Amino acid sequence: MPETHVPRLLLIALAAMALVSVPWLVDGLLGITWVRILSFAALYVVLALGLNITVGYAGLLDLGYIAFFAVGAYTYALLSSPQFGLHWPLWATLPLAATAAGVFGLLLGTPLLRLRGDYLAIVTLGFGEITRIFINNLNAPVNITNGPQGVNQIDALRIGGLDLSQALRIGDLQVPAAYLPCLLFLGVASLVAWACMRLQASRIGRAWQAIRQDPLAAAACGIDLRRYKLLAFALGASAGGMAGGLFAGFQGFISPESFSLIESIMVLCMIVLGGMGHVPGVILGALILATLPEALRALGPLQQTLLGQVWVDPADLRMLAFGLALVAMMLLRPTGLWPAGRAR
Amino acid sequence: MRPMLAASGIAKRFGGLQALDSVTLEVARGHIHGLIGPNGAGKTTLFNVLTGLCSADAGSVQLDGESIAGLEPHRVVAAGLSRTFQNIRLFAATSVLDNVLIGAHLRGSEGLLGALLPSPALRRVQARLREQALALLDYVGVNRHAQRLAGELSYGDQRRVEIARALAAEPRLLALDEPAAGMNPAETQALRDLLARIRGDGTTLLLIEHDVKLVMGLCDRVTVLDFGRCIADGTPEAVRGDPAVIAAYLGSAASEPDRSGAMTIPAGSDR
Repeated sequence: MPETHVPRLLLIALAAMALVSVPWLVDGLLGITWVRILSFAALYVVLALGLNITVGYAGLLDLGYIAFFAVGAYTYALLSSPQFGLHWPLWATLPLAATAAGVFGLLLGTPLLRLRGDYLAIVTLGFGEITRIFINNLNAPVNITNGPQGVNQIDALRIGGLDLSQALRIGDLQVPAAYLPCLLFLGVASLVAWACMRLQASRIGRAWQAIRQDPLAAAACGIDLRRYKLLAFALGASAGGMAGGLFAGFQGFISPESFSLIESIMVLCMIVLGGMGHVPGVILGALILATLPEALRALGPLQQTLLGQVWVDPADLRMLAFGLALVAMMLLRPTGLWPAGRAR
Repeated sequence: MRPMLAASGIAKRFGGLQALDSVTLEVARGHIHGLIGPNGAGKTTLFNVLTGLCSADAGSVQLDGESIAGLEPHRVVAAGLSRTFQNIRLFAATSVLDNVLIGAHLRGSEGLLGALLPSPALRRVQARLREQALALLDYVGVNRHAQRLAGELSYGDQRRVEIARALAAEPRLLALDEPAAGMNPAETQALRDLLARIRGDGTTLLLIEHDVKLVMGLCDRVTVLDFGRCIADGTPEAVRGDPAVIAAYLGSAASEPDRSGAMTIPAGSDR
């Protein structure tokens, strides 16, 4: 179908241009801090899309997902920081971060294959915490992770000779330092979203769909349950690991406390809020939940103007509003804000 | 000639219940073979053993001369034996077409790379599988529902989709667990025509069924189970007149009066 190729390329080009203009738009409308917030939000999108493979596609409830994020982050950090004096380039560390997390996913998945539903959730929850505690204690007898102090002075993200933490000048165009990682993360998130949509519509995606709905019938259709469950675990974990690597390079510092249970729950909330198994919904959910806490900071100044003084600490109000929003969601739209449309 | 399916000495025990006791079953190539018996006789358990959903305590199963005993369910399908379920197990939230494509899982080879960046050759294979799935839906008579969710279809149509899904794997032997259960006479007649056509197109059929008219009119050979044992095996006519079969169904004077009439009552719950 050659005639459909041209509009498709055009569409991709337009989407890419729109994506590139996002930091300028956000900066112009909301200010430079929001570019940084959006960068984190894009990482959450990658995380949520990854967890969506495991939970949304294959139906394997994983409550320890943040462990893969941690594995990716530490892989990147240990290979590009003074901790071991290694300074590997991004093209090596990022795939390694994804691979390490993927292998970790396989290691976790293998003993869990026979578990279903609640049991799987409980074991993965424990696994996530164990990973964090393990990293926390891995500073003795041989110091590998530097324990609770975390890893410092991680190399900034750098593609070839381009340092993404420095402002860039192209001719007359000044690109502020905050824009470059944001652009990279938006690009990675888009790629992961594209890959997820391709997977969902493929033979692999159909096999996951079958396993999620009825494992017994799936097996009777010739689907190797073990293989496809492990694939879902490993792919979801790799996406998490990649996000972790980018996170480490972006922050320049990581410590075990960034990888607590609440983070796993938060990523799960993103996909439940957005619409489990539906890529646009998951992206929306991740963007909302990642930016909501920042947006709710405005509750402080709002009280000041309306009531004359700050009555309730905005930090407390944020969690309250967040909880209320989730409860309201479950009541009003239990399948998510943007669930998958039904087949015609 | 070597039988399509040869199971012998199959035994299966659930706690204190001997569900199957040295059962022997031979299905000849090109036949429609009926498996009948009162409720609780062990028919579905035998199906589960044959298709790898539960493991037998003893016995051997050969499909076309190749042992399939103890294989995992997906390997049994790969060996050429597909099945349907007594209580329809379609993927209800998935389109009818995708249900059949899932049934064709083993005929595709597309892996991770192929899913992300399919080569032109792979695209052609995908398009062909899709066409074949649509053709199969046409074959069983539900192609107009291809894009609907499987769970929305009527009971009879769901049975047909499940048969199409099982056929999508291109099995040598198709095992159907009570395909006519819950169907009205017109639907049963249409099903009978469909099954005869499937056999005519070269697939051997093994069929658990309670509808006596369907079994007697359609099957080339019938095996009767009762209390996990084979009590008769032969042509429908021979089996119908067998005193042991009559006793099993109508109850001998001393035992099991409550099971009388089970053969004419359509599908109750079976194990």
